[in-house]
Amino acid sequence: MFVETMMLTFKVAVITTAILFIIGVPLALWISSTTSKLKPVVETIVSMPLVLPPTVIGFYLLIFLGPASSIGGFMESWFDMRLVLSLEGIIIGSVICSFPFMIQPIQSGLQSLPKSLIEASYTLGKSKFQTLMQVQLPNIKNSLLTGIVLTFAHTVGEFGVVLMIGGNIPGETRVASIAIYDEVEALNYSVANQYALTLFAISFSILLLVYVLNRKFSGLLK
Amino acid sequence: MIKLEIKKSFKNANFYFKTDIKNHSINAVFGKSGSGKTTLLRLLSGLETPDEGEIVVDEKIWFSSSKKINLTPQQRDIGFVFQDYALFPNMSVIENLRFAQQKKDEKFLKNLLEIVELTEFQNKYPELLSGGQKQRVALARAVAKKPKLLLLDEALSALDNLMRIQLQDDVKLIHKELNLTTLMISHDIAEVYKLASNILVIKNGKIEKSGNPDILFENSKISGKFKFSAKIIKIEPADILYIITLLIQNNLTKVVATKEEAKMMSIGDDVLVASKAFNPIILL
Repeated sequence: MFVETMMLTFKVAVITTAILFIIGVPLALWISSTTSKLKPVVETIVSMPLVLPPTVIGFYLLIFLGPASSIGGFMESWFDMRLVLSLEGIIIGSVICSFPFMIQPIQSGLQSLPKSLIEASYTLGKSKFQTLMQVQLPNIKNSLLTGIVLTFAHTVGEFGVVLMIGGNIPGETRVASIAIYDEVEALNYSVANQYALTLFAISFSILLLVYVLNRKFSGLLK
Repeated sequence: MIKLEIKKSFKNANFYFKTDIKNHSINAVFGKSGSGKTTLLRLLSGLETPDEGEIVVDEKIWFSSSKKINLTPQQRDIGFVFQDYALFPNMSVIENLRFAQQKKDEKFLKNLLEIVELTEFQNKYPELLSGGQKQRVALARAVAKKPKLLLLDEALSALDNLMRIQLQDDVKLIHKELNLTTLMISHDIAEVYKLASNILVIKNGKIEKSGNPDILFENSKISGKFKFSAKIIKIEPADILYIITLLIQNNLTKVVATKEEAKMMSIGDDVLVASKAFNPIILL
């Protein structure tokens, strides 16, 4: 049971991080380079999960993705995919809740690069995509790492939204943070402690790794 | 031949540039800061888009507002040396140069590295190079794809005198070797005289005059035996005359001027000092 829950927790975190990385890079690139009037609106939406209680996001997701809603109904009738009380549901919730943790480091990394680097690449005949892959991203490695790790760690630790949209189905939606709550309620303090200690150790090691690696990267780039 | 006539407006500045630039010439872009020198280079390179006008290079249209043509910087055959070098920190010197090449030509890169004397530094990363070395890498990188037009944005101004002279020689050599057309921003009259065959004097967003570097000084037709460009450092009255302190290269010199002449001068002006020296003494 313990192993199953931990595996599920990491599965959710890995998938969420992967999805957010794929969405995050182009979105952060757009935000960091646009002069559009929509920029502050998009930035606000991206940052909202930082200040909103996860239960608020969970509540709206429940309403908009439930089988009675149009999106939920469509997904269920066409793809036989249930978006609430399911793995898919908690991944959607986690993606939304962890949004700023991926976007903001990448965005500030991209913004910190001198504009002349990008312009130099253009004058050397490189396309926007080549410039992104060969100049911009390799020079913000520490921001990318920060984004990935914060997203991963935050997803592992997410509680409210997962509980709201996923519930507590063992092997399906019960992740470690929820298991702790559940075990405490059942007065199983030793099992709760097992989960808690594991999460604590993992979070600590991940963050430590980031700081060590960031020091190495920034030493390289100075 | 580059023919250009372009207009560009920003919030607080308007620019209008019209000139012809001969192929294979070195052109100095001269003017006070804020006059529009960098803007001219950015408009030529495609990093900035003119509001209207036309840029035609060897019969090929790079920009035309009436024909709705606007080549991207990638499509224009240019090399640009940025003021802050803009070397890619994630690439070594040689990788920076390779990045610039569409067709691999290692022999040419080797040759380039020799010209700028960086062969032994080719595997170093930019962070480990001095300012002068970085600038030479930037110059080599800008010409690594053998562009038609080389644009230097105040590339030499941040360097000390010795570095500067070396880089001037590099620019001259590379310009000749690759048969480039070069536009370089310069504040230094000595540099202009040394390198350029044509000068574009920019004032308030317009090309005020262009031609032989002598046009910088309206009275330059004086048949002086010695002529130096100098900067006015100090103007002080002494009895009925004025003593003008001038900086010629690295040397301070004092020259007298009448009250009327002194009135027309101000500190910081670039001037020409000529002397009718009938009997020079050469000291060893």
